Amino acid sequence: MTPVHTIVAKELRSAFVSPVVYVIAAIFLAIVGLLAYSAAANASNQAIRLMQIQNTYAQLNLNDMLFRPLFRSINLILMIILPLLTMRLFAEERKLRTFELLLTSPIGVNEIVSGKFMSVIIVYSGLLSLTSLIPITLSAYATFDWRPIYLGYVALFLQGALLISIGLFASALTENQIIAAFLSFGCILGLWMLGALGGIVGDTTIGHILSYLSFSEHYERLIRGLFNLKDILYYVSGIAFMWFAAHQAVDAYRWK
Amino acid sequence: MINVQHVTKRYGNATALDDISFSINKGEIVAFLGPNGAGKTTTMRILTGFMPPTLGTVRIAGFDCLESPWEVKKHIGYLPETPPLYLELTVSEYLTFVGRIKRLPDDQLTERMDTIITQTGLADVRGRVIGHLSRGYRQRVGLAQALLHDPPVLILDEPTTGLDPNQIIEIRELIKSLAGSHTIILSTHLLAEATAICQRVIIIHRGRIVAVDTPEQLGAKLRESETLSLTVKQSDPDLLEALHHIPGVIRVSQGATAHTYFLDTQMGRDIREELTQFIVSRKVGLLELKTQPLTLEDAFKVLTQTNTPSAPNISTPGGPH
Repeated sequence: MTPVHTIVAKELRSAFVSPVVYVIAAIFLAIVGLLAYSAAANASNQAIRLMQIQNTYAQLNLNDMLFRPLFRSINLILMIILPLLTMRLFAEERKLRTFELLLTSPIGVNEIVSGKFMSVIIVYSGLLSLTSLIPITLSAYATFDWRPIYLGYVALFLQGALLISIGLFASALTENQIIAAFLSFGCILGLWMLGALGGIVGDTTIGHILSYLSFSEHYERLIRGLFNLKDILYYVSGIAFMWFAAHQAVDAYRWK
Repeated sequence: MINVQHVTKRYGNATALDDISFSINKGEIVAFLGPNGAGKTTTMRILTGFMPPTLGTVRIAGFDCLESPWEVKKHIGYLPETPPLYLELTVSEYLTFVGRIKRLPDDQLTERMDTIITQTGLADVRGRVIGHLSRGYRQRVGLAQALLHDPPVLILDEPTTGLDPNQIIEIRELIKSLAGSHTIILSTHLLAEATAICQRVIIIHRGRIVAVDTPEQLGAKLRESETLSLTVKQSDPDLLEALHHIPGVIRVSQGATAHTYFLDTQMGRDIREELTQFIVSRKVGLLELKTQPLTLEDAFKVLTQTNTPSAPNISTPGGPH
């Protein structure tokens, strides 16, 4: 068992003894399920109406009517719940003084940061895999294009990982979990707003830079089923940057 | 085993440690003694490699804390002021986790855990969640954590705080039993503790080392005066002033009641006989007269209060010194 595995195992153990993960999972799955249900019900109502008007068999595009709006909504929910999953990572260690144990043990800061990051990724992936029941169930009743859905899940995974890395960094800055949660929520909101700002500035260099920095346009492209290496690169570099920032924040804690 | 050379630690403008140097031999038990905020915890954190010193070098078992922190960390067991416990884990889960991050091989881990759990008296609670344990047990789990990977150097920050008298004795016995095979530094503000366990005492005050010596010699060195305690039967408002005029008396202070007085006398001058005659002649009823042995506590007070203005000659009320 390498030190990273040890940290991951301990984090998962700690996460699942507290009710936080269960509550968040329940809320997340309930909202996502409800949204999917109402979108599906709406789509079938419209299909029936179309059949009555045109008197023909009509099939609506579920990718447009259901999956893309659903992926957008899930992103919004993630922006609120992921800071709650990451807030305890370092803040609690600082509060309970267990940080001293970790930092005086022969393991590296990179191993601590990676272990903590991976533990939340695992919880998040589990959560995400449960939502796959929605396309699987729907595929029994309707046909739709799977490619935007695969890419949509890639987008969700990368988006989640980015938000988690932001939360990881925020948690390393304070010993108060609530502050950590608000801090990461603020960062995420700011990043989101950059995209809107880019849209307002419009088709100029600054506008393009602002839009590039925000996750909105990258996420949107992926859930439309457009695979572009530039978007993947955006997420990977963003995650790497936040990981590095968290590493620096943990290191800085000892120099104070 | 431990060698600290000219270590200074500054937090911004505040100097927490000011040019500290000392060395500790293999197998010694040494106490850091000092009031809160003296720099004990800072020193220990620097020794463990948790934080780097602003200036100076620290070597543990021959390894420099900054150059080879990895080796230093393997050689140290550290119990911080607050035991670093994950409250949601059980005792054995926690110790397994600690063993792994201390890089103890899995085949040794189980054996070491059994040894440590017996040694620290945790056998009854090994399956229980740490958050449900009492303060005493938590402290023991903290100690077990420090001992688990069998480090040659143990750094214990106030290992007996928050324990009841029986537990304190148990922990002290445990620490004593580790002497010889382990080099131990512990910090305390309990003077009895330093005397009971340690071979040497390092007194720190305001980031400086004020004294390094054995507990006994430290007391003897500081014995610049002897204190007599005197109890009389009747209260006499003038007695305090009158006592001060007896030759050989440096300072007089009143004890907890109006009938008790403490007299600081010149070193090597026994005034008990004159004092007895004086009290008898005043007819206030002599009940008790005895010498107060100078303890480490007094030494500690004298050494750490050098910067404060000297007390007035006659003060009421007050204890010895």
